[in-house]
Amino acid sequence: MSGERPDLSLHDTFPKLLLFNAKVRGQRPASREKDFGIWQTWTWSQVQEEVRALACGLAAMGFRRGDKLAIIGDNRPHLYWAMVAAQALGGVPVPMYQDAVTEEMRYVLDHSEARFAVVEDQEQVDKLIEIKEKNPRLETVIYNDPRGLRHYAQPWLASYTSVQERGRAWDKAHPGVFEAEISQGKGDDLAIIVYTSGTTGQSKGVMLTFKNVILTAKAGIDFENLGADEEILAYLPMAWVGDNIFSLGESYVAGFCVACPESSNTVLTDLRELGPTFFFAPPRIFENMLTTVMIRMEDAGRIKRWLFHTFMGLARRVGSRILDGQPVGPLDRLLYALGRLFVYGPLLNVLGFSRIRLAYTAGEAIGPDIFNFYRSLGMNIKQIYGSTEAAVFITIQPDGQVKPDTVGVPAPGVELRIAENGEVLFKSAGVFQAYYKNDEATRSTKTFDGWVQTGDAGFLDADGQLKIIDRAKDVGKLNSGAMFAPKYIENKLKFFPFIKEVVAFGDGRDYVACFLNIDIEAVGNWAERRGLAYSGYTDLAGKPEVLDLLQDCVNTVNRDLAADPHLFDSQIKRFLVLHKELDADDGELTRTRKVRRGFIAEKYGQLIAALYSDANHCAVEAQVTFEDGRKGLIKADLAIREAERVPPMKKAS
Amino acid sequence: MTKTIGDVILRCDNISLSFGGVRALSDISIDVREHEILAIIGPNGAGKSSMLNVINGVYHPQEGTVTWKGQTRRAMKPHESAESGIARTFQNIALFKGMSTLDNIMTGRYTKMRRNLLWQALYWGPARKEEIEHREVCERVIDFLQIESIRKTPVGRLPYGLQKRVELGRALAAQPELLLLDEPMAGMNVEEKEDMCRFILDVNDEFGTTIVLIEHDMGVVMDISDRVAVLDYGRKIADGVPDQVRTNPEVIRAYLGAGH
Repeated sequence: MSGERPDLSLHDTFPKLLLFNAKVRGQRPASREKDFGIWQTWTWSQVQEEVRALACGLAAMGFRRGDKLAIIGDNRPHLYWAMVAAQALGGVPVPMYQDAVTEEMRYVLDHSEARFAVVEDQEQVDKLIEIKEKNPRLETVIYNDPRGLRHYAQPWLASYTSVQERGRAWDKAHPGVFEAEISQGKGDDLAIIVYTSGTTGQSKGVMLTFKNVILTAKAGIDFENLGADEEILAYLPMAWVGDNIFSLGESYVAGFCVACPESSNTVLTDLRELGPTFFFAPPRIFENMLTTVMIRMEDAGRIKRWLFHTFMGLARRVGSRILDGQPVGPLDRLLYALGRLFVYGPLLNVLGFSRIRLAYTAGEAIGPDIFNFYRSLGMNIKQIYGSTEAAVFITIQPDGQVKPDTVGVPAPGVELRIAENGEVLFKSAGVFQAYYKNDEATRSTKTFDGWVQTGDAGFLDADGQLKIIDRAKDVGKLNSGAMFAPKYIENKLKFFPFIKEVVAFGDGRDYVACFLNIDIEAVGNWAERRGLAYSGYTDLAGKPEVLDLLQDCVNTVNRDLAADPHLFDSQIKRFLVLHKELDADDGELTRTRKVRRGFIAEKYGQLIAALYSDANHCAVEAQVTFEDGRKGLIKADLAIREAERVPPMKKAS
Repeated sequence: MTKTIGDVILRCDNISLSFGGVRALSDISIDVREHEILAIIGPNGAGKSSMLNVINGVYHPQEGTVTWKGQTRRAMKPHESAESGIARTFQNIALFKGMSTLDNIMTGRYTKMRRNLLWQALYWGPARKEEIEHREVCERVIDFLQIESIRKTPVGRLPYGLQKRVELGRALAAQPELLLLDEPMAGMNVEEKEDMCRFILDVNDEFGTTIVLIEHDMGVVMDISDRVAVLDYGRKIADGVPDQVRTNPEVIRAYLGAGH
């Protein structure tokens, strides 16, 4: 029975899907949470009871159709249940970032007009106590973890269990109301409001209907062939739309179990214990895992190290090909099977990926080395591209045709179009209804015929796979008329461990030139191993050997760019290595470590001028701010190098 | 926050302790009431740690008596005091460095284990059931002290502040009525101290545990204690609520180092 699928025209809301799952797979696990060192499990029928009790409790406290329920906390089964409980009554859950500061939280609470909030613990309650003074619309706060709250006397505070108790009594007094409320819900009803993180200005509330979420989830399940026996770990913020699609949407439609970690500090340990079959992580997490493995391998004994490097060499050669079902010789297959026994299997087990069938990564570009490392071990990691406005999926990499530098083909039901200016537009079943109480923003994002602007620039490659290159507003043109996407070039360079930061120039110029920042740790380590003496950052960055090293990196990138007909002209002609690290204290980076192009162009005007001249060096003085706030001057004479540019040819690798 | 401080639960009467010719404690009387946090402060060598050692039976005073829960005695063995509900932490961390956090905390349950070595070696049956019960207590302590992420980490690899927390965890695992803390915040940074203060107050509040602590950080002592006793050269020179002690001229003199 576990494979039975719901008829989504009947079961068109999450509460209805919950009833369905409780009926057909009532004894199978639905939620897990590690608590007191043990994985506590709730079956679908237990979850139904929990949700029912909470929903009735909310009803008893006056929660009405259309009310908003704020959800604040780490991923906890109780919070997911609260979302479904609100939906059962025709309310709308508004999950919020749990680490938001009080002021941000106040804005979202105020804007969403939430009357009720279900929160995790004392930390969030404290924030809400402060907020409630200015925002009296918030009437009731329900907390899950009572720790430390014993002496809180506010009459508008209630514990999760007390609300559920009240609900059970109310349920007895009002039989059938719960079911009646659920049957009133329709697929076109508003299911959830997800607030964007607000990195660009004030955050906006994206309104998604049940249809948006459920049909998108269904498309994802079909595309990846997910079943009721999957196991996933929910650890990314509940306020993020992806978590709603994976941990709620896909889980309820496919009927699989969602596990919540013990705390945000134990995610990696819990991952290992759980061994999920389906996993999502931003590139940063995959990168950290790989780094840990590499460091630990360096400390391992000689035999183990030899085994690791030998078999990883083999895996790099044939691993991805085997995964993609391409032809591989019988000897290599045999060796790869051996490698799985001795190296790949144990390694995946240590990482918590022994049962993994599918992993997604998204959010930013992932380095090809990192990406290929996991794929060569036999782990089916894929990139997706999406947005909150699309209920996540816009494109997914299809099995067998995964390329590290694209984000794949349009997900089922998604139409894709590239606008005149290179911006990616899409249309799908997941397209959001509107921004909550912000028609102006809705109009500027969503055209009248349903196309949504992503703000990202990209193009479709020869195989019809989408390649995202930059934010549309940052894309410029070279004098030749060719497209210039600085971030794309910068990311390619930053994938080299020796390069920490890059600033590329080219908009309105004849050719592309760039500033590089060395990564002092990686380059320092490289220099030490070669017996290359240096006195400090500026000295190391100016060493001819280091410049040679970086020149190799730039040349490799040029060869890669040459293979791409759209980006052929973006090959780097001249570059220099900066004598100081770009730093937020000097205003060169934002606090989130994004390059501030305008400021840098102004501050280092003479260097840019030199890059676009014939000079082969340039003297520079730069003001720096020390950690204690004092200012000083760093002087240097920087060499300017010419990179090798290649005529059009096939891809370098 | 309101809490009710109960009757005297531990009474030390006229305690005198000497090591050879050195008089560590002379004629000290201290009462500890149920649910209170009592801080013992004093300059180096004042006899603070000796006082704790007398309370839990490590040292046997030459004179005076200790009355714990109505039972008066002069000498008590440390394991007897542990079994009667007194737990402590040490000035210098005394954990098993090679063992994990969880195993260290489990040792705090030792006095409560009823099955003998043979049963435990057998593993199945009643010993296993008992182990599960003890583990549950330990897991509650781990949850309480928020050290889930280091449950399986060998203690020797942890930073100092966390080791102190594990040590507190081991003491709590014994579910004591009286908790003796010997400089729980020594060598910690400000953030670790704040955390530790929070935990001490929470233990006192949530479990109603009576706490006697020795601490040098006056800010901490004045903030979290219900009562402060001041020792100087083995004598008690003051005893009262923090504000009284703060303004006591004799205390000020002792701390400023006036000649004796």
